[in-house]
Amino acid sequence: MNRASLTGAVVVSGGGIAGIQASLDLAYAGYKVYLVERSPAIGGVMAQLDKTFPTNDCAMCIMSPKLVEVGRHPDIEILTLSEIRGIEGEPGSFRVTVEQKPRYIDLEKCIACGRCAGKCPKKVVDRFNRGLSQRRAAYVLYPQAVPLKYLIDEAECIYLQKKKCGACAKICPAGAVNFEDRARQLTLEAGAVIFSSGFEPFDPSAIDTLGYGRIPDVLTSLEFERILSASGPTRGHLKRPSDGAEPRKIAWLQCIGSRDINRSENFHCSSVCCMYAIKQAIIAKEHADPPLEGAIFYMDMRTHGKGFEDCYNQAREKHGIRFVRSRVHTVDPSPSGGGAILRYVGEDGLPSREEFDLVVLSIGLQSERPLRERLQELGIALTEGRFVRTDTFDPTATTRKGIYVCGALSGPKDIPQSVIEAEGAALRAGADLAPARHRLTSRPPVTAERDLRGEPPRVGVFVCHCGININGVVDVPAVRDYARSLPYVTYVTDNLYSCSQDTQNLIRAKIEEEGLNRVVIAACSPKTHEPLFQKTLADAGVNKYLLEFVNIRNQDSWVHMEDPPAATAKAKELLRMAVSKAVLLSPLAEEEIQILPRALVVGGGIAGMAAAKALSSQGYPVEIVEREAELGGQARFLHRTARGEEISSRLADLIREVETDPRITVHRHAELIQVEGFVGNFRSTIRQGTETKTVEHGVTFLATGAREHRPEEYLYGEDPRVITGLELDRRLRRKDPRLGELQRAVFIQCVGSREPSRPYCSRVCCTHTMISALELLDRNPQAQVVVLYRDIRTYGEREGLYLEARKRGVIFIRYDLEDKPRVRATPAGLVVEALDPILGRRIALGTDLLVLAAAVVPHESTELARFFKVPVNADGFFVEAHVKLNPAAFATEGVFLCGLAHYPKPIDESVAQAQAAAAAATVLLARGKLTAVGTTARVEPLFCSSCGVCLAVCPYQAPRFSEKGPFAGRAEINTALCKGCGLCVASCRSGAIQLQGFTDAQTIAMIEAAVSG
Amino acid sequence: MTDAFEPRILAYCCRYCAYAAADLAGSMRLAYPPNVRIVQVPCTGRIDALFLLRAIEAGADGVYVAGCLEGECHFLEGNLRARKRVDFVKGVLGEIGLEPERVEMFNLSSAMGPRFAEIARDMTERIRRLGPSPLRTDDASGETALGRCA
Repeated sequence: MNRASLTGAVVVSGGGIAGIQASLDLAYAGYKVYLVERSPAIGGVMAQLDKTFPTNDCAMCIMSPKLVEVGRHPDIEILTLSEIRGIEGEPGSFRVTVEQKPRYIDLEKCIACGRCAGKCPKKVVDRFNRGLSQRRAAYVLYPQAVPLKYLIDEAECIYLQKKKCGACAKICPAGAVNFEDRARQLTLEAGAVIFSSGFEPFDPSAIDTLGYGRIPDVLTSLEFERILSASGPTRGHLKRPSDGAEPRKIAWLQCIGSRDINRSENFHCSSVCCMYAIKQAIIAKEHADPPLEGAIFYMDMRTHGKGFEDCYNQAREKHGIRFVRSRVHTVDPSPSGGGAILRYVGEDGLPSREEFDLVVLSIGLQSERPLRERLQELGIALTEGRFVRTDTFDPTATTRKGIYVCGALSGPKDIPQSVIEAEGAALRAGADLAPARHRLTSRPPVTAERDLRGEPPRVGVFVCHCGININGVVDVPAVRDYARSLPYVTYVTDNLYSCSQDTQNLIRAKIEEEGLNRVVIAACSPKTHEPLFQKTLADAGVNKYLLEFVNIRNQDSWVHMEDPPAATAKAKELLRMAVSKAVLLSPLAEEEIQILPRALVVGGGIAGMAAAKALSSQGYPVEIVEREAELGGQARFLHRTARGEEISSRLADLIREVETDPRITVHRHAELIQVEGFVGNFRSTIRQGTETKTVEHGVTFLATGAREHRPEEYLYGEDPRVITGLELDRRLRRKDPRLGELQRAVFIQCVGSREPSRPYCSRVCCTHTMISALELLDRNPQAQVVVLYRDIRTYGEREGLYLEARKRGVIFIRYDLEDKPRVRATPAGLVVEALDPILGRRIALGTDLLVLAAAVVPHESTELARFFKVPVNADGFFVEAHVKLNPAAFATEGVFLCGLAHYPKPIDESVAQAQAAAAAATVLLARGKLTAVGTTARVEPLFCSSCGVCLAVCPYQAPRFSEKGPFAGRAEINTALCKGCGLCVASCRSGAIQLQGFTDAQTIAMIEAAVSG
Repeated sequence: MTDAFEPRILAYCCRYCAYAAADLAGSMRLAYPPNVRIVQVPCTGRIDALFLLRAIEAGADGVYVAGCLEGECHFLEGNLRARKRVDFVKGVLGEIGLEPERVEMFNLSSAMGPRFAEIARDMTERIRRLGPSPLRTDDASGETALGRCA
């Protein structure tokens, strides 16, 4: 592909959290993005969720800033109601055909006032609320939707079906309804394509014994999620559908449409259901008053992620949720009409019946048939589980060059893993197109800022009618006239729609004509519209921080409809408060710091090397610091991946690529001994033997890995027949002939994991044991292999290995933490004793080899944590910036993490996380500078008493003691790192810190304006 | 006079959660009394005890701080610090003979529009029961209720 013909644009198909993340990464890295979404708005399934596990963060809270960011990014074009029909051409210059369905409401004209939906007479089942409520044929997908535009449901609209009605067109104040809208076909030019179309929830109505669709109080987990949601059909009140009563007893049934080849097509484990059931049970209990009884019926509890096991333990111990190991076979209606009766066989083998008020089916994740057929037509291969096929060492590349995948489309996974892959896919797509970076992105002209020094405040007030949204309740002309009476107000007007282009032009013109130097907008909400007006100010040469926004719609007219005079009075007061603050506003500068285009990677294992390679592919030089004599980390000891790839040859390829890469420098036998500086300008000292050298770099990656735990039980270290999982790999790698003669082998799982002293699950050991057990059987098909386990956690398609192991005769016996197996050495062999819970009897297994699936434990990292001011959790793993949405970066700007140092994970996930970290770093490196927000804290050094409280309270390490100058020893704020939260300001004992844009004087002016008058 | 008493209440709402919840209450058209004036702050950690005391001093009948749910602060623990300051101010009010209930701390997520409306209703009702702040300036005379008593 020649560089000149590369197209610097990427099509992202699917606007869920993965597609959103990939789009943002690409747009910020300098590529044009077309985000193609089938539904009327982006957001995907995450927008339907109430909370997210394991922290129970509100899903919408953490997602909506990203929605807004995508919605207003000038280089992201959102195409809703659209689907990809074909991809032609070559990688680097594809032609992507997209079909867009008609919306019947003009996106440009719609102002989202909602009058069409208010007037529409046609009631329709609301699929966003999983059919639990109704909406109209004219509707918006959900209140925070992006784009926040209405549409008309073609199949339900009376006018479109029968040419009658048309009420929406008559009432629409913007003339946005267009019944003549037709489907369109678009051709997009793009260098790469990313599929992020997610999953389809399993439909349990196919399994008649579960009663779904027949028994009203049997719900799917997604339906229950909507019931829990504060913005859902019951507004977060726990109610069961049959009679609206609050349930006292709820059951969750796991593995509905997962791990089930008899009643569904899905052998795979859906990975997320155990955790979401625990989350829902905890939240339901929190919602319930009086107390609620919760029970989860499961086969294996799969809480294999970071913080998951802890959440599981809390659910049991603190919240009293009952866990029943059983697959419920039948759900019968209750004779009372409400609730349902479960019939199941417990682990003791006895049949049981139990009545519940509500039954939640934990439905699995699967790929959608029409979509996967289309993907196959596009030349994209699928796995056995019918997800998109990828490679362990290139986990976001599909089998068609130039086309990438992320999220649940390539296998069921949770939000952080989807976000990680999204960033990885963005990195890979971007790397292909690096020469075309910034070729298609917008570069808006910058207007020079007017110097306002010496000018008295001249405030312009613009009051918005928002059609009738505000004016229908608030007397807008009265508010406008009131504004004239306020001090320093020199210009006042009202507008039908302040957000329209006309008004934007008017504001600009009035700033110039009237010499306005402060602008107050009384309109909808700053959350959605402040950036638009800030831009208008900037275009008119006025600093964008000289804007004050008054919320007289969402927080006034919409909530006081029944009392218009009070709403008008409140609007006046709010305006008075805003003007009094506006007068005190000052222009704020957004500081920039240069980012040195060089990365330092600590750790030369798979994750470190993958990160280095990813950064190099974007054109940036990288230094790797590796403590050992060679690269490769733990992967040097591993035999095979879950997909069956041989690791040693692939690792050798990766090492060769890294070592021959002219942009990568490897420092072996080396460690960091000192680090100075911050994002953009780090200076690290590396010690190599007796020599030291200093490297300057803009970003840092911590990929320091982990190691296998050395067991202290089961005769390990005392008897040579007891070995660890990695030691078995070593024998498998060197093709030890004795393994072929092995007659009997026993594996013990969770050795050193899920114990009180090390409570987390090591995630990889169950899959690793399956791979090893199958390998032993390959060498001697007659061998008897037994696995002693607590829960088998072969999540995702790894479940296929577990199935195969069972099919090939591996025996699985469960044990409890309270009654662990015991091992004895006899001359005839080892004897492992355990209680078989199904037989209810103690058994003794003779064996020639005992393999201990030992925990993955992190390296000691106190020093590194101190160098980069990053946190480490109680288990010794590094703590990422955000569990869900920023899983490959630290809260400290410019420092990233990947691999086992974050949490135990298999190679594909380490590579994806390394690429994600590299993608996040690329966003910084590609811009070459970091722009800080203007509303940062500022120290008045004369008042500073050097107490250090600000240094202690800041979550971002922004304050420091200045080293030189007249105020040496006093605090100063590094504005590049300051996020403007104001913690230090309120904590400062000397009143020496002010938060610009929220100063004491400004806030007190508002208080007094609110209370006076 | 108390029949016509309309409480003046100030609410400091953090940008990420409480202010967004207030917006959502609007999108959901949930009615609540028009007595609450919202002041947006980046994080409730910005709330100085001064802001609470100054509002009371200026004559507000009630003041509350609404931040993210505990453990979900976008700036880690700003809301926990805010709670401490609210508790501190409650103590001060008690000492000077005002009702500590005039000041309160609430936690809610941005998806909790109905909860925002409920808080506004509850707080308005609470202040209505407590009656006007003795520091409140009478609109016409500029005299405080306290002054009148004396």
